Amino acid sequence: MNNPLFSVVVFAVSATAGFLGSLTGLGGGVVVTPVLTLVLGVDLHYAMGASLVSVIATSSGAAAAYVREGFSNIRVGMFLEIATTLGAVVGAHLVSVIPISALAVIFGAVLLYSAWQSLHGHHGHADSGGDPLAERLKLNGAYPDGGLSVRYHVSRVKAGFGLMFGAGMLSGLLGIGSGAMKVIAMDQVMRIPFKVSTTTSNFMIGVTAAASAGIYLSRGYIEPGLAMPVMLGVLAGSLFGARQLVSAATRVLRLVFAAVVAVMAAEMIYNGFTGGLK
Amino acid sequence: MTDRELDLIISRILRGGVILSAAIVLAGGIWYLVESAGASPPFGHFAGVPGIHALTRLPSPEVVILAGLLLLIATPVARVVFSMIAFAMEKDWAYVGITAIVLGVLTYSILSGL
Repeated sequence: MNNPLFSVVVFAVSATAGFLGSLTGLGGGVVVTPVLTLVLGVDLHYAMGASLVSVIATSSGAAAAYVREGFSNIRVGMFLEIATTLGAVVGAHLVSVIPISALAVIFGAVLLYSAWQSLHGHHGHADSGGDPLAERLKLNGAYPDGGLSVRYHVSRVKAGFGLMFGAGMLSGLLGIGSGAMKVIAMDQVMRIPFKVSTTTSNFMIGVTAAASAGIYLSRGYIEPGLAMPVMLGVLAGSLFGARQLVSAATRVLRLVFAAVVAVMAAEMIYNGFTGGLK
Repeated sequence: MTDRELDLIISRILRGGVILSAAIVLAGGIWYLVESAGASPPFGHFAGVPGIHALTRLPSPEVVILAGLLLLIATPVARVVFSMIAFAMEKDWAYVGITAIVLGVLTYSILSGL
């Protein structure tokens, strides 16, 4: 395969990744990394660099639309970013201490269970008035739904914050997976509406990924010739995805989310057993 | 400044950063493909060169692409910086503190990685 053809193939794969990533709040790494390494024979280090670029491109590309339309909750995002960025730093320092392969298998299993859970939505969705801490931090908000502005309350702020710290730590340790934990924590624990959870996760993952950019750049993981079609493809896909989310039924989004998380979990378990991750 | 206005400005920062970086990457990408049209993609083996190694290949399409990528990476950081300023203008000190912590951790982890 010559270089222009290779770039076109990578562009198409990345567009798919950006589309799915922007709809689910997961970023594009789930699709980009395995296709590049397993199908196109790209070295894992370059694939990880391309995956980082794809997460930042998905996040910023789609978030511009989500923030403008009033889906992403900026205060929730900012507040939880403390937990995810601190967690990522702690996780990065634990890499040499914790057995990564075992962790990948365990976390993969947790993700599979969470994917199943997320299909069913909230159990007691009755609005209890939320958490007083959410009131103090002005986390409660509203989002557009079929021309109406729907108000919502944020529950269990401390539990969500703790889980986000864990999400950040895992992303520092495993390199991927933080988007899934973010959506699950906001949706299942903090009882934030699904579209707000995925779009706020989408808003946040750019910052979490940017935190790792220094180390990826200095180690030479980000190869410009490869990152170019990835970035452009992901952007095209994420802009298209952002248009679809506005009118998409939550039920459909939950299905797509669960499917992508299940694939991600399978990848993680596979990597854990083959030791391909680090 | 209301939260709604803050949303709109953050949205514009993100869109501006993305459009500008995409234009730069596209320009470098076209140059890159013209130069390497006949070659096969050299990504099968990790070169393992330390440093932001493309910068040593001046002048080259890789440097142009890398400049676009750096701008892309800087975009989420820029929106954190702007939010901190905006919260300060609103005298919302709790959120000035929150964004300052995020910015501090972010700066630390980017710089310590380099």
